Amino acid sequence: MLSIKNLRVSIEGKEILKGINLEVRPGEVHAIMGPNGTGKSTLAAVIAGRDIFEVEEGEIVFNGKNLLEMPVEDRASEGIFLSFQYPVEIPGVSITNFMRTAVNEQRKYHGLDPMPANEFLAKMEEKKRMLDIHAKLANRSVNEGFSGGEKKKNEIFQLAMLEPTLAILDETDSGLDIDALKVVANGVNKLRRPDNAFLVITHYQRLLEYIVPDIVHVLFDGRIVRSGGKELAMELEEKGYEWIRSEA
Amino acid sequence: MEKDPNNILDEVTQGEYKYGFYTDIEMETAPKGLSEDTIRFISAKKNEPEWLLEYRLNAYRKWLGMTEPTWAHLHHSPINYQDIIYYAAPKKKKELASLDEVDPELIETFNKLGISLEEQKRLTGVAVDAVIDSVSVKTTFSETLEKQGIIFCSFSEAVQKVPELVKQYLGTVVPPDDNYFAALNSAVFSDGSFCYIPKGVRCPIELSTYFRINAANTGQFERTLIIGDEGSYVSYMEGCTAPMRDENQLHAAIVEIIALKDAEVKYSTVQNWYPGNKLGEGGIYNFVTKRGICKGNNSKISWTQVETGSAITWKYPSVVLMGDHSVGEFYSVAVTNNYQQADTGSKMIHLGKNTKSTIISKGISAGYSNNSYRGLVKMTKRAENARNFSQCDSLLLGDKCGAHTFPYIKTENKTSIVEHEATTSKISDDQLFYCNQRGISTESAIGLIVNGYAREVLKQLPMEFAVEAQKLLSISLEGSVG
Repeated sequence: MLSIKNLRVSIEGKEILKGINLEVRPGEVHAIMGPNGTGKSTLAAVIAGRDIFEVEEGEIVFNGKNLLEMPVEDRASEGIFLSFQYPVEIPGVSITNFMRTAVNEQRKYHGLDPMPANEFLAKMEEKKRMLDIHAKLANRSVNEGFSGGEKKKNEIFQLAMLEPTLAILDETDSGLDIDALKVVANGVNKLRRPDNAFLVITHYQRLLEYIVPDIVHVLFDGRIVRSGGKELAMELEEKGYEWIRSEA
Repeated sequence: MEKDPNNILDEVTQGEYKYGFYTDIEMETAPKGLSEDTIRFISAKKNEPEWLLEYRLNAYRKWLGMTEPTWAHLHHSPINYQDIIYYAAPKKKKELASLDEVDPELIETFNKLGISLEEQKRLTGVAVDAVIDSVSVKTTFSETLEKQGIIFCSFSEAVQKVPELVKQYLGTVVPPDDNYFAALNSAVFSDGSFCYIPKGVRCPIELSTYFRINAANTGQFERTLIIGDEGSYVSYMEGCTAPMRDENQLHAAIVEIIALKDAEVKYSTVQNWYPGNKLGEGGIYNFVTKRGICKGNNSKISWTQVETGSAITWKYPSVVLMGDHSVGEFYSVAVTNNYQQADTGSKMIHLGKNTKSTIISKGISAGYSNNSYRGLVKMTKRAENARNFSQCDSLLLGDKCGAHTFPYIKTENKTSIVEHEATTSKISDDQLFYCNQRGISTESAIGLIVNGYAREVLKQLPMEFAVEAQKLLSISLEGSVG
C-alpha cells in the first residue's frame, strides 16, 4: 500500500530525514516511536504533502502512484488522511459544512456526484454514534474553542467520515487524559479493516496499549534504527530512549 | 506542491466578472452633460410637480458651489461630470399589464442573472421592483401589499401617486447639501424605490429590488425612500449586478430611511457592480449616501451589506438615533480584489437616551486592492446611557493588498459606553494545508474560510439572500465559476 524508499528530507538546508525505508501493507498498524525532534512529525507531513519541506531524494509510492508528484488534496482523495497533532481553528465554518465540502470534493476527484444531503447527514449521525461523539460538536466551528481532547476526537470523527485507506495519527495521544485517549483509541479500533492501514506516531507507549500495533519502528536522528513487534514498544518503555541513543 | 503560495492566491483570486453581458435595448437618453436644462429635461420626462423641479434645481445650485471630497482613502482619475448622460430610460411601448408584455430581452437579462421575475414571484414569495437603468420596468405583488396599505413602487410612481408623502419626507434624512454626491443625486436622480408601511403593519413579505446599470456612459442616480410608520415592520432587500464596461461609470445613490415610534426597518443589500478588469480598468465608481433616522422612541434600523463589486466604493450607511431607546445596527462584509478600492463603514449618531448601536464590519482584501473601514460613533450630551459596540475585522489574502481602519469616536457625556475591537488576520498556510489534507482544493478552501469569516454578517441576511451572498463571496475570490 505505502512504500517509502530512501527518503531524504530537509528544511532550510537542514537534513531531517536521512534515508527512511518503510513498507505498509493493508490491514496493518505501524507505530513510529522516538524521542522528540527525531523527524516523526516531519515524516507524517511529507507523506501528506506539506510543502515547507524539501524532498532531496527517495520516493513515496502509494497504491502504485507516485505521491511526491501529487498536490496535497489529490493525495487526500487517493486515501491519505493525517490526524494533526495541532489541528487548526477555522472560525465560522461548521464541522458539518467542512465535512460536506471535503466529502464532495473527494467524490468529485473520483468522478462522483455530490452526496445527497440526507445521505450525508445520516452518515454523520452514524459516525457520531459509533465514536460516541456529542451531537453538538457538528454545529460548532471547526476546532474553534475546542479543548485538546475535543480537537483530537474531531480528528477521529473526520477520519471516520472520510474513510481513508491510510490514516496517519500524528501524536494523537499528546495532551489527552486517559478517558479521551480511550475514546480516540476505541474509535480507531472500530475503524480498522483488512483493506486499510494505520501509521501511529507517538512518543509514549501508553497509546499502544489501546491501539495494538503489528510493527513498531524506532525513529532516531532521521533514521529508522530498529523495527520489531509490539514488544519493542514495551522494551522502549522500560529502558527509555537513552537505550536507543547509546546503541545508535 | 512546490507552488509559491502567493501564486496560488493570485490564481484563485483573479476571477473574471461573471455577469459581464450587455442587453441591447433602445434607449431614450438625455444629451450628455449637466445643466439646468438637463434637470428640466429629466423632471419633464417624469412629469414631476413644480416643487420637485425646484428641489432638484436648488440641489444643483448647491452642488455647483461644492467640491468633491478628498478625505477618503481612494484614488481615481478626475470625473468629468459633463461627459455623463444623466438620463436614460428603456422606451415605453405601452402600459404593461403582465410579465408577458415585458421586453423579452429584459426577461432574458434577468434569466441570466438567475433572478427571473417569474420565478421570484412564483417560488420565493418576494415582491420585486426591478429597475433597469432608471425606469422601473415592473412592480410585482403590489396588489397584495396594497390591501395592507403598504405602498411599494418606483420613486417616480410615488411622486404621482402619493406626492404629499414624498414631499413630507424627501431630503429629511439626507438633505440636498449633505455632501457633494448627495447634492448631485438630489439634482439628477432618475428613479428608485419608494416604500411606505402604515401604522402597526408588519409587512408580510421581504421587499426586494434589483438594480442594474445597463447603458454605456450612463450615470446611475437611484433614490430610495423608506418610511416605517409607528409600530410597523419591514425587511427590505436590494441587490445589483452590472454588465462589463470599459469606461468608468458613476453611481451616486441616496437611500433614506425613516423609522417612527416603535417601527423597525431592516435593510439588506448585496452590491456587485462591475469591479473593473484584472488590471483595474473600467468598473463602477460607487458614491452612495445611505442614512436612516430612528425618529421615534423604541425604533430600530438595521443595515446589512455585502459589498463585492465596484472599482470604487464610498459608502457609510448610518443611523441617527433620535428617539429614546432606539437601536441602530450595521453589519458589513466588503470584499476587494484586483485593483478595487473600498472606503466604507458606518456612522452612529446617538441623540436619544438609552440608545444602542452595533457595528460589525468584516473587510476582505485580495490582489492589489485597498479596503478601508471608516466609522464614526458619536454620543451627544443628551444621549445618556447610550451604548455602542464596534468590531472591525480585516482579512488579507496575499501580501500586495491593504486593509485600513479609521474609527472616530466622539463622546460628550459620561454615562455612555463605547467599545471598539479590531483585528487583522490572514488566511494561514496551516489552515490551507488542513483543508487541502481533507481533499479540499485551495480555491474551495478560500471560499470556505472567507464565508466562515463573514458568517456573523451573512446570518443577518434573509435566507434566500444569504445563499446568493455566499456564492458571490466565493465567486469574487475564486474565479472558478461552475
